[in-house]
Amino acid sequence: MPIKIILEKCSGCSLCVKACPFNAIRILDKKAVIDLNKCNLCGACVSACKFKAILLEKTTTLASTINLDEYQGIWVFAEQKNSIIQPVVWELLAKARELSQKLKTQVSAVLIGNRVKEKAKELIHYGADKVYLVENEKLTNFLDEPYTEILVRLIRKYKPEIFLCGATSIGRALVSRIAVKLYTGLTADCTGLDIDLEKRLLLQTRPAFGGNIMATIITPSYRPQMATVRHKVFSALPKDINRQGQIIEENPLEKELKSRSQILEIVEEVSATVNLAEADIIVSGGRGLCSKENFAVIEDLAKVLNAAVGASRAAVDSGWMPYSHQVGQTGKTVAPKIYFACGISGQIQHLVGMQSSKIIVAINKDPEAPIFKVATYGIVGDLFAVIPALTKKFKEILKR
Amino acid sequence: MNIIVCIKQVPETTEVKINPQTNTLIREGVKSIINPFDMYAIEEAIRLKEKYTGKTTVITMGPPQAEEAIREALAMGIDEGILVTDRSFAGSDTWATSYTLSQAILKISVFDLIICGKQASDGDTAQVGPGISAHLDIPQVTYVKRIREVNQGFASVERMTEEGYEVISVSLPCLFTVVKEINEPRLPSLRGLLRAKQAKILKWSAKDLGLDEKKIGLNGSPTQVVKIFTPAARPQGMIFHGETAEVVEKLAEALKKEIV
Amino acid sequence: MDYLLTEQQKLLQQLCRQIAEEKIAKAAKDFDAKEEFPWDIIKILAQSDLFAIYIPQEYGGVLALDENKNVGGVLDLCVVTEELSRACGGVAVCYAASALGTFPIILYGNEEQKKKYLPDLASGKKLAAFALTEPEAGSDASAIKTTATKEKDYYALNGIKHFITNGGEAQVYVVVAMTDKTKGPRGASAFIVEKGTPGFSFGKKEDKLGIRASVTRELIFDNCKVPATNLLGKEGLGFIVTMKTFDISRPGVAAQALGIAQGALDLALKYTKQREQFGKTISSFQGIQWMLADMATQIEAARALIYSVARMIDSGNTSVSKESAMAKLFASDVAMKVTTDAVQLFGGYGYMRDYPIEKYMRDAKITQIYEGTNQIQRNIIALQLIKEMAK
Repeated sequence: MPIKIILEKCSGCSLCVKACPFNAIRILDKKAVIDLNKCNLCGACVSACKFKAILLEKTTTLASTINLDEYQGIWVFAEQKNSIIQPVVWELLAKARELSQKLKTQVSAVLIGNRVKEKAKELIHYGADKVYLVENEKLTNFLDEPYTEILVRLIRKYKPEIFLCGATSIGRALVSRIAVKLYTGLTADCTGLDIDLEKRLLLQTRPAFGGNIMATIITPSYRPQMATVRHKVFSALPKDINRQGQIIEENPLEKELKSRSQILEIVEEVSATVNLAEADIIVSGGRGLCSKENFAVIEDLAKVLNAAVGASRAAVDSGWMPYSHQVGQTGKTVAPKIYFACGISGQIQHLVGMQSSKIIVAINKDPEAPIFKVATYGIVGDLFAVIPALTKKFKEILKR
Repeated sequence: MNIIVCIKQVPETTEVKINPQTNTLIREGVKSIINPFDMYAIEEAIRLKEKYTGKTTVITMGPPQAEEAIREALAMGIDEGILVTDRSFAGSDTWATSYTLSQAILKISVFDLIICGKQASDGDTAQVGPGISAHLDIPQVTYVKRIREVNQGFASVERMTEEGYEVISVSLPCLFTVVKEINEPRLPSLRGLLRAKQAKILKWSAKDLGLDEKKIGLNGSPTQVVKIFTPAARPQGMIFHGETAEVVEKLAEALKKEIV
Repeated sequence: MDYLLTEQQKLLQQLCRQIAEEKIAKAAKDFDAKEEFPWDIIKILAQSDLFAIYIPQEYGGVLALDENKNVGGVLDLCVVTEELSRACGGVAVCYAASALGTFPIILYGNEEQKKKYLPDLASGKKLAAFALTEPEAGSDASAIKTTATKEKDYYALNGIKHFITNGGEAQVYVVVAMTDKTKGPRGASAFIVEKGTPGFSFGKKEDKLGIRASVTRELIFDNCKVPATNLLGKEGLGFIVTMKTFDISRPGVAAQALGIAQGALDLALKYTKQREQFGKTISSFQGIQWMLADMATQIEAARALIYSVARMIDSGNTSVSKESAMAKLFASDVAMKVTTDAVQLFGGYGYMRDYPIEKYMRDAKITQIYEGTNQIQRNIIALQLIKEMAK
């Protein structure tokens, strides 16, 4: 039995009952009882118990045993598109540098593509000590199989203890595949990375249940410890063109270049409005707008502020804004400097997509709307009066 | 065409609320639903079957109650359902989950296509789909927003990217993870509901699948949760009251330094 | 109240509730404003097999009929219509009117006609409509002037029908016309006429007070040649077909009224619990509570009556004219009263089109008028009572 209650220590206080995300614990005769059919062994109850009355044990027979000491160094996947290194990579390099100082080890970047050699220097300027460079015409654009095979081989060869990657559409598909092939642990969308020096482990913190709880995860027995991180979670270091480093060229093997999928065409759909993920300011509209025509009010404010336009699921489902503008659990997650939530009630699925914004401004006619609980500033009022007035005001201030 | 759809039963997060006093999740009476992204996978499988004829199978790894999710999928129009369930699966991370599911798929043995939703709304990792294709060593295309054609052992699809999309040709069998843009999931039909009620659902345990017990459940999972905590709540904000002109003035003043 | 619905009926009810909540409710205001036929919703209803519930299995439907019965699924039809009406009475009538145009074929169609038309109606690929009313023939149905003159192997239809629900959108029409003026009411016959038949065109679309999602049009027959094989039953059966069809379809109209009433009550209950005046929620006041109690009781009585009549019909009882007239009369009057009271409970907000409740009152009114005005229903009931007395 991997989990059990130490009855002598259990006081029946029911803290564990409240902590359990799966409703698996109840109090019977003043003692906690765990329903093993519902228990997911997540350990939330263990953390919550003040009396240390819950024991969660893992057996030590592992499917594969490796010598952890052989693994050194932090690797960052340098995702490139059209030979341009993606901005999340600079942020990962900065974090890797911070972690490497604690571990007293080196930071390396892995760059795969075609004719990207000059970019390798850039990676060094942003914090890499080494760059592993793999070039081939067939690797110009990301393909799941070749990139996976190459990285698996290089990881097995060089044995990094930590592997970081941007949580982009490429990154997530890629590392999920690598982690399985290498039989190692992968934590997605980390919002925090730290080191447990005593055990020399990477502490990976990420949200779960739509951001309602945070979990810290470790990969104790397997290597490398893999994690993906979203753009704008960490900050990049300033570029230092004097930084020196090593570029190691690795040739791909013929069999690694084989791919059972081919890119036939790349289509760019340029949105007229500012890219949501990159925007510093987002003005978002929800059900309160009532119609597609009314969204003009949101667009006007966004224009004055040079902001991107966002929308809640309700607005997208009603056809007032295209899906590419949707913010929330099934849309995009954004973390701008300022997020205006206009006529948005603030249901959990929306909050999940924007609650990390630095400043949240809520404008809603319902004073009970949940959005006001997360808002930095709020106005209870008719958005059709407030927003145009706000637009006018900002126009004056910004002289636009 | 033989299509397998992997789904997950998750709590309906609209219902998940935080207890304001203890700052923990309130889960009483929270409904379980099919992971929203998986609905798109189910719909796409049914559409492919309608277009190319064939058989669709839905499979899920979960506790006994996950059988409801399978019946829901059958009511929409999936032909057959399999529940992979065993106490020893508890505590599985994405590695162990994708291992378990891939072994179940190998037991089904005949398939041209595996379709998964992009990610699950409780874990949000998006790792299981690609994990399955890695275990099975088949090609994968993630973020599929449209399946253009399936023809003579190849599929051509549109893969959504941050800038637009790519058109990809991939050999079968392969795995797709699909995004919301791919279709509009249908509601169940009466005939489907009646059929789903009567349907016999296969149940496979760890033993039925001949799984390596070192690779499943808590023990087989390379990752481990060491701590769960509630995130620091955002500090209480400032609500402005008054006439429109007044509140607009106050808000603009507060935001001025951030915007200029 | 537990009406002891069958397993299938319960599933149907849940399914329709889901459709109503997820697909219809949010679009109802839009449908009302735009007055456009809700084809997207019809497609969803079709895909969920809702058009198949009253059509026998051998013709593509879901209905399993015992040998001695030729009609069934009426309670299922009522359950569906009520659930859809809670969200939008207009959308519900697009659905129910197709049933109205289908029942004549189920009751009086021969094998060829059933095989030809029912499968497409069951799958929702085609919609049906029933055409009786004319500018000069409303309650006085026998005053219809549209003629059907026999020529060799076809009938030439000439005349105008108006206020036809689903007119222009449906593909299959059951049209009642005079084949022999000398025989009075026994000179009318019913025909199946397909959209697109030369000589069959559509006139203006009516601009209605309520049920605006439903499309109401004029049908114009100008020497429209209808194949003789499309005659339903025999010449002279026209009004019999009509009466027997109405006997079965009236519970459906009643269910529509019921759904509208229930939807209005639900909204009113919610509102009275939120709205505060004099320091309390208005639901705390006895006057308000009594209104709500009366509304709920009337609704439940209507439901019980409708379901009982529907069960009578499903069990094979063919002599249901009085009962089905009672159900329609009662439910529609209840709907009008309940929706008016609901608007009253909303106070000033009830009068504002920004709020959803006024639509329910506008939608309810028609249920007292169509498929036989409530005055005609009273005639039917009274005549039947007197006939029974005389025995």
